[in-house]
Amino acid sequence: MRINRTATISLGIISSFVLAIVYLPLFIVLINSFNKSMNMDWPPPGFTITWWEKAFGSGGLIAALSTSIVIALCASAIALILGTLLAIALSRYKFFGKESVGLMVILPIALPGIVTGLALNNAFRTVLGMQLSMATVIVAHATFCIVTVYNNVLARLSRTNKNLEDASADLGAGVFTTFRLVTLPQIGSALIAGGLLAFALSFDEIIVTTFTAGSGVETLPIWIMNNMFRPGKAPVVDVVAVTTVIISVVPLYFANRLTREEK
Amino acid sequence: MAISIRNVTKKFGDFTAVDDLNLEIKSGEFFSMLGPSGSGKTTVLRMIAGFDLPTNGEIYLYEENVTTKAPFDRDVNTVFQDYALFPHLNVIENVEYGLKVRKISKTERRIRAMAALKKVHLSEFSERKPAQLSGGQRQRVALARAIVVEPKILLLDEPLGALDLKLREKMQIELKELQRELGITFIFVTHDQDEALTLSDRIAIFNNGKIEQIGTPRELYEKPATEFVARFVGTANVFEGAAAKELFGTTAKVMIRPEQIQLSNKGIEAKVLETIYLGSTLRFLLDLNGHQLIAEVSASDDQAQTYRRGATVKVNMSKTDLVELS
Repeated sequence: MRINRTATISLGIISSFVLAIVYLPLFIVLINSFNKSMNMDWPPPGFTITWWEKAFGSGGLIAALSTSIVIALCASAIALILGTLLAIALSRYKFFGKESVGLMVILPIALPGIVTGLALNNAFRTVLGMQLSMATVIVAHATFCIVTVYNNVLARLSRTNKNLEDASADLGAGVFTTFRLVTLPQIGSALIAGGLLAFALSFDEIIVTTFTAGSGVETLPIWIMNNMFRPGKAPVVDVVAVTTVIISVVPLYFANRLTREEK
Repeated sequence: MAISIRNVTKKFGDFTAVDDLNLEIKSGEFFSMLGPSGSGKTTVLRMIAGFDLPTNGEIYLYEENVTTKAPFDRDVNTVFQDYALFPHLNVIENVEYGLKVRKISKTERRIRAMAALKKVHLSEFSERKPAQLSGGQRQRVALARAIVVEPKILLLDEPLGALDLKLREKMQIELKELQRELGITFIFVTHDQDEALTLSDRIAIFNNGKIEQIGTPRELYEKPATEFVARFVGTANVFEGAAAKELFGTTAKVMIRPEQIQLSNKGIEAKVLETIYLGSTLRFLLDLNGHQLIAEVSASDDQAQTYRRGATVKVNMSKTDLVELS
């Protein structure tokens, strides 16, 4: 499509403006994490790494960070196993209710977090009589993490030749050998991409977490929420925010690169 | 018998792909299943391989009932229409695959795979990935991968369908040689009648999930049992009812091949509607008292070369060349 010069320039300006709105505040957070003033005075009167030292010196923060990582890893692992199995079932087999199952699997990503959170909270506590804990957060996160794995694997499977699995069986390989030697190498990078996305999704989740975490469980986003408005904590929160962004963005970057290389 | 198919029916929902089929294939035969698409030939092949289960009936391989056995428990191997080579493995690894899953040692695997590649004239490409090969080369890898595990029966699902004509003719000869060399049963699915006639010891003609006729290429061409076979294998002039009565004085449905119709100075008069030059032969579309007729004569026939559109020729058909169809 050809676009004239005026349109090109105005589109460029609008795009830059939108991107600036998205990224400038993030950039300010980054700078503020080095701001010498405790009250975040702008422009910063000077720079310091005190907040970074303080942040990583505080036990509460490290604990929250490791809780978040453990939850994200466990939720991603569950999502990888169930998402892959679902994708294989839905792309390779015919069964009753197939379309409905497909829809139900992707629905959690569209459901408002607050609804999922409330529903799970109710189910765990009232119906199942469970204590809220780290395990309940993991299960709750897995419900929407499955979607990213499922979508990635399903897309890959639909592009791979179904005859490959028949050929493998024909040459004498059983179901598990075929999965290990043929299916897995085909979907490998889709699994990694889906897993990384799932990790990023779980790592910064707050709404569902609030409803499903027990009193002793504090993930990083919840720690930020709890500390943000406490006097004198703002600079440390900025440090944590920057850390969170880095931990979420790196997997996203690799997931993106992996899926692009396939094309 | 290498294969015995007994009263096999296969339904996909309401559609009957294979309808109460019986078929026996001898050991060491080059057997073709020929028919239009949707006639059930590929479904039969997939049931022999074990990819699809029959709705009814039984399948025996060398007198052993394998009807419900998984593909990996059957001593047959398949060459797929799209080759189905493993894209993440190179040529030699593809060929070794069947040996690897049988837990054969690495050194023996390599030796046998190289021998199989040699049989299909592809030794020098062993390190390439399938994506770096031409269609013909992929075809050879698929063949090598299937024969390296030494199956008693090799199933080929339109393996030459994706190749261009010249390469196809070359591969036909190689396939025939390979089969003779290995001495195993080949079951070949195709919709190309020339290919089936060239390669096969026997052919089964499929139509609507049933077998119309089984026979040698010569039997099918010279003595087709039905109009479908007559028309599917070669070109046929078929007459029935009033036309058969008028031309041949018979109440049966009869067929005559175009090359058995002589154009000469005696016989019934016919008008030339069209002439078609086919290289070695000349084909004439004739109108004989309102009945259309196809005749074919050698292109070197000097007299035939003079017949133009609109000309009147004399047609001579011998009653002994007529084949009665059911």
